[in-house]
Amino acid sequence: MSLLQLPAYDKARPWVRTAVLRPELGSLVAAALLFIFFSIASSGAMLEVPTIARVLDTAWPYGIIAVAVGLLMISGEFDLSAGVMVGTAGALLGVMATEWGMNLWAAVFLSLLVCLALGLWNGVLVVWTGLPSFVITLGTFFGLRGANVALSKYFTGDALIENIDDAGGYDSLHTIVATVFGTAPSDFRVSLIWWAGFILIATWILWRTKIGNWIFATGGDRDAARAVGVPVNGTKIGLFMLTAGAAWFVGVSNAIRYTSVQAGQGVGQEFFYIIAAVVGGCAMSGGRGSALGPAIGALIWGIAFVGIPHAGWSSDWRWAFYGVLLLVATLINHVVGERVRTARSG
Amino acid sequence: MTTETTEPTDAMEETGAATASAAPEADAESADLPVLEVRGLGKQFGSVQALEDVHVALRAGEVTCVVGDNGAGKSVFIKMLCGLISPSEGEILLDGKRTEFSSPRQARSHGIVAVYQDLALAPMMSLWRNFFMGAEPVKGWGIFQRFDVTYAKEAMQTELEKLGVDLGDPDRAAHTLSGGERQGLAIARALYYGARVLILDEPTSALGVRQSGAVLRLIRRAAQRGTAVVLVTPKPQHAFWVGDRFLVFQRGRLVEDRRSETLTLESLSYLMAGGGEVEELETEVATG
Repeated sequence: MSLLQLPAYDKARPWVRTAVLRPELGSLVAAALLFIFFSIASSGAMLEVPTIARVLDTAWPYGIIAVAVGLLMISGEFDLSAGVMVGTAGALLGVMATEWGMNLWAAVFLSLLVCLALGLWNGVLVVWTGLPSFVITLGTFFGLRGANVALSKYFTGDALIENIDDAGGYDSLHTIVATVFGTAPSDFRVSLIWWAGFILIATWILWRTKIGNWIFATGGDRDAARAVGVPVNGTKIGLFMLTAGAAWFVGVSNAIRYTSVQAGQGVGQEFFYIIAAVVGGCAMSGGRGSALGPAIGALIWGIAFVGIPHAGWSSDWRWAFYGVLLLVATLINHVVGERVRTARSG
Repeated sequence: MTTETTEPTDAMEETGAATASAAPEADAESADLPVLEVRGLGKQFGSVQALEDVHVALRAGEVTCVVGDNGAGKSVFIKMLCGLISPSEGEILLDGKRTEFSSPRQARSHGIVAVYQDLALAPMMSLWRNFFMGAEPVKGWGIFQRFDVTYAKEAMQTELEKLGVDLGDPDRAAHTLSGGERQGLAIARALYYGARVLILDEPTSALGVRQSGAVLRLIRRAAQRGTAVVLVTPKPQHAFWVGDRFLVFQRGRLVEDRRSETLTLESLSYLMAGGGEVEELETEVATG
């Protein structure tokens, strides 16, 4: 005989179970619907290979960082400095390679160290002060926004750093982060494979390692997690560093691919990562989400970005579209979250 | 998927995980030794004496009910037992050895676990993820080390079954649990990690009659397994039904330490309502 029993739960509320297990489901449906919609609106232009190539090429830089930002969001924190960190990584690489004559491999490694240090700074400050990460990383955002351009100008005399391909080690790095498959306009970058790899590893970490459990626990109920011995602070700091690392990867990839770096790049992008994470089903309050969801959120941005002009509308509508998408996604997340929260057994 | 045997992790050992190692010893000598004993325990907050000169010995397999009015010192007492606050005077003995707990985590590592009303569960996480939170069983090596999900689900179900708790789908979110089910999960988790002293702070205060009954049965079952249970409750019926022993606190002092055989529900209710104080009050009201 059972002391405590709950007979009807599974049958009565299967969607609650699904919502908990598959937070990215909504975004997957939304991405499919949008793709179909734009395929019709563009009279089939959306289905052509060059268009799909553009969608994916638009999506991956957002996608890679959004996956990290999503994990960070699940742990209950934000990072507004992730966008400018892309600029930091690129500018550092540019200065070291073009002005200081360093080998690109060394430059790449050093800029990684700096980015990780910045992530550590964000994390440690959030943990120590207990202030909202919104404020802390906003400070980092402005600091880097200024420093990126000012230091580039100081060292190179310009905010645009060019001729990165003159530096040693360029060819091997280009193979790793910027190889092209196919010929333009039907070209696909190796970055897509990296993106897929990031999603897989992040998913693995989230669902199949104890660190994943810590991430969910930290965002789900910080005090409860701490009380049972979850290293809450360490988890958060680690995720800030992961986010900085993702920004570094995108910054370096872009610098190698375009052989030039605009030191002011990345400003304003931080919101796209957060939107992608939210659209992908990560709860702003933490404790719920997935790694695949934010990637799909970024893919939705790619579909809209390419789809809107293809459908014959002014590309200015992209922004309005994303604003509406954010609101709708947040609302759905909120409603689902509330329902999960209040769904009780009899 | 194959189920490999899972080595207890460091984290599990730290929290006193292995149930076997925490099982009470069977020999007669240790059966008589209290698991946890306090001598002359007291606590001062500034000039306020919150608790004074408390002597209690907690034994394995007993349910000890801590009762008393608000501000009588009950919560200070249990908070000192579980390491949340440190005593100003007196000493705590674990297995006859003097011990000091600087944090709940440390107390927990010695098998003293407190389960509070606002139970430590992350709402959006599944039951098994909550059950193993902070002590995740792992398998594999190095970067391939992974959370042993199959084992986690099975181990949780086994433990729940042993206690007669059926929570249904292990993948459901903790927030879908009712109050009684949440208590069930929290108590099962504490026992799984080898709790020798289980401190429950008003576990039935927010529950209906049926669920209260279920939780009280669970408490009895925990005691039968050899756990020393400390139960704080304002409800005489609940205390009387499960208690072996009753500690009555009044104004920061332990005024009664009675075994259940020496009590009736009426006399317990009388003690819990403040005993002599109520009589005084009645007299005052009567005489105007």
